[in-house]
Amino acid sequence: MSTALPAWHIKMLLIPCPWCGERDEVEFRYGGEAHISRADAATVDDATWADYLYMRNNPKGLFAERWVHQLGCRRWFNVLRDTVSHRIIAVYKIGEPPPPGSLPAGSHGGDP
Amino acid sequence: MQRYSFAALARQALKGHRGWRPLWRKATPKPRYRVVIIGGGGHGLATAYYLAKEHGIHDVAVLEKGAIGLGNTGRNTTIIRSNYLWDESARIYEHSLQLWEGLSVELNFNLMLSQRGVLNLAHTLADVREAVRRVNANRLNGIDGEWLEPDAVKRFCPILNIDSGVRYPVLGATLQRRGGVARHDAVAWGYARAADARGVDIIENCEVTAIRTSGGRVGEIETTRGTIFADKVAICAAGHSSVLAAMAGVRLPLQSHPLQALVSEPVKPVLDCVVMSNTVHVYVSQSDKGELVMGAGIDAFNSYAQRGSFHIIEAQIAAALELFPIFSRLKMLRSWGGIVDVAPDASPIIGKLPVSGLYLNGGWGTGGFKATPGAGHVFAHTIANDAPHPLAAPFALERFTSGALVDEHGAAGVAH
Repeated sequence: MSTALPAWHIKMLLIPCPWCGERDEVEFRYGGEAHISRADAATVDDATWADYLYMRNNPKGLFAERWVHQLGCRRWFNVLRDTVSHRIIAVYKIGEPPPPGSLPAGSHGGDP
Repeated sequence: MQRYSFAALARQALKGHRGWRPLWRKATPKPRYRVVIIGGGGHGLATAYYLAKEHGIHDVAVLEKGAIGLGNTGRNTTIIRSNYLWDESARIYEHSLQLWEGLSVELNFNLMLSQRGVLNLAHTLADVREAVRRVNANRLNGIDGEWLEPDAVKRFCPILNIDSGVRYPVLGATLQRRGGVARHDAVAWGYARAADARGVDIIENCEVTAIRTSGGRVGEIETTRGTIFADKVAICAAGHSSVLAAMAGVRLPLQSHPLQALVSEPVKPVLDCVVMSNTVHVYVSQSDKGELVMGAGIDAFNSYAQRGSFHIIEAQIAAALELFPIFSRLKMLRSWGGIVDVAPDASPIIGKLPVSGLYLNGGWGTGGFKATPGAGHVFAHTIANDAPHPLAAPFALERFTSGALVDEHGAAGVAH
């Protein structure tokens, strides 16, 4: 977990957009947790629907999340980021799973 | 408990102030408690105090991973008000405000409560409609509230710029005169001292690492200071609610974000009320030391880092300077961040969790400080009776399944 700059020096996230490269955080909008599949409202029970609609992983550590390059290419993508160090571990496209080897053994990027 | 009074002060003065005792014992954890409260902030300590005082439960431990008063209790901007829109919120925040009003006397500890009035500014037609509606809703709930036109706002807060030529002019404001500020760490210290005097163990530097369950019931808690068995476990750890609930296998509808604040160099008295604006996003008051205390917004992304991005502060200072051009030469002394956990409806979660004997008071988002006494009071009732206090019932976790959300995005001080 070493970074080129000391933690106090990092004022803002630098996010590597898969299409445009590394840009300042202010060009992006946050999209929350990634890899949530839509439940079928017509068939599931209330608890399952509530889980899909409201319940979220909120880990202290690695988190798979969505960002959109709002003031750039306006495309969505996934980011695997550490919520304590803010270090970005991996960036990958929508619909793809986290790159193999990017997560520690036994983790799938969503456990709080 | 060593009571504070003028006579006590005089006696100590004669003895060179060598007789003052620490506010609470440095307790070491016992192997078993009736109730263990995780989190030694204002909310957790208030819960312990009311468990002992109102429900006769003295066998209580409060586990704090750091030191008392250094978490979110010491990081907020100390604003107290109860002008929330919906009946459910109005009742619990007003319950809290009424407890604040008698709390310094009750705890025999000066909380420096200053009911100097809270202005919530309106900058757009939509703001005006929402604000007037909220004042009317408050008054129907017996909560003081007034709508002020721009010239009345200017009279109440003369340094505020109400020029109509700015990007977001002040079109009016709601005023709650009973709102104000209190000294935030004194609240934690006062409750800690009073709870300790009633037999509660306050255990600092004790981080919970695991919550074990068996047969759908809580059991042992693993901590950095050993294993503790508890009949009931109450999570009261703002910002980290999800992390602790996950230890017991419970998922919550919360996301943790950094919320930043900053203070200026101290200046002569210039601002004698609290000014808040949701639309341009800044809230500011002046401390008794003379520092301007300013709150910023939350970072959109999830984080547990207790620091936020600088562009959030830039936007907040820009808003502050448009409202208060007089502050333009002030230097900011320091800034910091705290981690807040935010629910989808900007309302807290208070109540039982799906694991028997496990309770949660969390999700207060950006506005938990004002609720400290009220939340502790209703949470203690909920734990002691294993059933929600009537004021807490609407804030149970089940509301996310039933759909009965309490949407307070308008009244919450910080846009989510």
